[in-house]
Amino acid sequence: MSGAISPALPSVAAPVPRAGGARGAKRVLPGFGLTLGYTLLYLSLIVLIPLSALVFKTFTLSWEQFWAAVSSPRVMASYRLTFGASFLAAVVNLFAGLLVAWVLVRYKFPGKKIVDALVDLPFALPTAVAGISLTALLAGNGWIGQFLEPYGIKVAFTPAGVVIALIFIGLPFVVRTVQPVLEDAEKELEEAATCLGATRWQTFSRVILPSIMPALLTGFAMAFARAIGEYGSVIFIAGNMPMVSEITPLIIIGKLEQYDYAGATAVALVMLVISFALLLVINGLQGWQRRRSGGMS
Amino acid sequence: MSGAATKVVRRAKAGTTESAWVRRLLIGGALAFMFLFLVLPLAAVATEALRKGLEAYVEALKEPDAWAAIRLTLITAAIAVPLNLVFGVAAAWAIAKFEFRGKAFLTTLVDLPFAVSPVVAGLIYVLVFGAQGWIGPWLAAHDIKIIFAVPGIVLATVFVTFPFIARELIPLMQAQGTEEEQAAIVLGASGWQTFWHVTLPNIKWGLLYGVILCNARAMGEFGAVSVVSGHIRGQTNTMPLHVEVLYNEYQSVAAFAVASLLAILALVTLVIKSVIEWRHEREMKAIAELPPERPLSAAPV
Repeated sequence: MSGAISPALPSVAAPVPRAGGARGAKRVLPGFGLTLGYTLLYLSLIVLIPLSALVFKTFTLSWEQFWAAVSSPRVMASYRLTFGASFLAAVVNLFAGLLVAWVLVRYKFPGKKIVDALVDLPFALPTAVAGISLTALLAGNGWIGQFLEPYGIKVAFTPAGVVIALIFIGLPFVVRTVQPVLEDAEKELEEAATCLGATRWQTFSRVILPSIMPALLTGFAMAFARAIGEYGSVIFIAGNMPMVSEITPLIIIGKLEQYDYAGATAVALVMLVISFALLLVINGLQGWQRRRSGGMS
Repeated sequence: MSGAATKVVRRAKAGTTESAWVRRLLIGGALAFMFLFLVLPLAAVATEALRKGLEAYVEALKEPDAWAAIRLTLITAAIAVPLNLVFGVAAAWAIAKFEFRGKAFLTTLVDLPFAVSPVVAGLIYVLVFGAQGWIGPWLAAHDIKIIFAVPGIVLATVFVTFPFIARELIPLMQAQGTEEEQAAIVLGASGWQTFWHVTLPNIKWGLLYGVILCNARAMGEFGAVSVVSGHIRGQTNTMPLHVEVLYNEYQSVAAFAVASLLAILALVTLVIKSVIEWRHEREMKAIAELPPERPLSAAPV
């Protein structure tokens, strides 16, 4: 799903010849059994069996215990912060990402290749490093924080800091999903719109925007999904005050440190279900994207 | 071309871009955003690390605990990346070269670890291998330590970097189809020969791309590793965890010194990644510029 960890190497979905579909047809290529078997074994050992442990552990709780664990006021406050901050950050990334993608695709300027490469920094920079350096920048004596402090604006160690960290983490998603679609967009459509008397803004909002909408929403959903689970960069800048600036993943860690395994598991299950739902949404959006681009060419 | 037509063309061309000042405004906005969110944090790491001079920086990196953390990080990546490389190639071969039922579902399952919060990823291994876990008592009876020890760190890292190589290779190998491999097999090559001499040269850039992204994440993972590590200084602290420990002890220079190594790793990753992309682009262009092959059969009149 992070999918798109930059879909830089273009993938053209080519139809794969049906090797073994038709009855009686022999597979020419070897290794199907071996590779599929290994894939399923490795997937089960690393991912599926450990994940199922989460579900089974939750079953050791009664419904009342489960509900109490996932709906205590402190946990509810953490949901509000995690989802609210993730949504805000994804919205900022929606606009900023579109702007960066647009500038990178449509305009020429010095240093463009470096800027393009730098977009992926949040994928490559360990989250803990991002966390401490953003905190250093935004703390009261930091490069940026010192200009905000006189106005009474506090970013580090407040929910605002959480949003900043999540903007950093989600930045590449929108850029990298929108960029290839903008590159493939047909200029003829825009020329036609202009010849028919549309202003530039009309062309953008009625011709360009609808064609990149699926990619834009996919990037938004990916940034949102990533932000919900994010831990490393946030805990340094958040201040981690219960009820105020404590994110849900930190609640899980806190319960684990108190040996409340069942409680930690219950909250983790809630997060897992939400992640799966988002994964399905993203898959749906990507399908829409493929149909859209398939229909145009 | 008549004057009127030229005018229309010019108007159409002008209609596909913005006036100069809008252009400058947009470029300026994008660059300002990138500067604030990407360049400044990198610069902050460098300045904070060198705040007390180069000597303090080098001293911080010479510390035995820092060395232990660097070693553990390298060991973890050296195990996790090859494991996921073998898996990625196997999964891509099965998914891209063959048709079978449930393929779309399997592809989604491969992506699953990306959707799981790193903290949850760490937690599930605690539930399986921890003292209270499924096989925890058995492990304790046989004196095998997985949680709060190196094997747990490796497992958590394998989980969070699980899809990187597979998801880079699957679309690439799907796009290339199976014709070249089928030709090799028909001409008498064995399965391994076909893979080494036909498939591998075709996917080498995608493979390398997946490997360096996988490696960057493996060395930088924090959340999942933090849950299973137990934070034993000099033993189960990876570099990112060591950064946290130092930072929480208010050893700012030392924390940023170790962090600077990770930032350098990130920059090297970006450089290699960009070089791969440019090479790939050039190869694609070279292919596009080849003269078209003559069609086998004449087009119907």
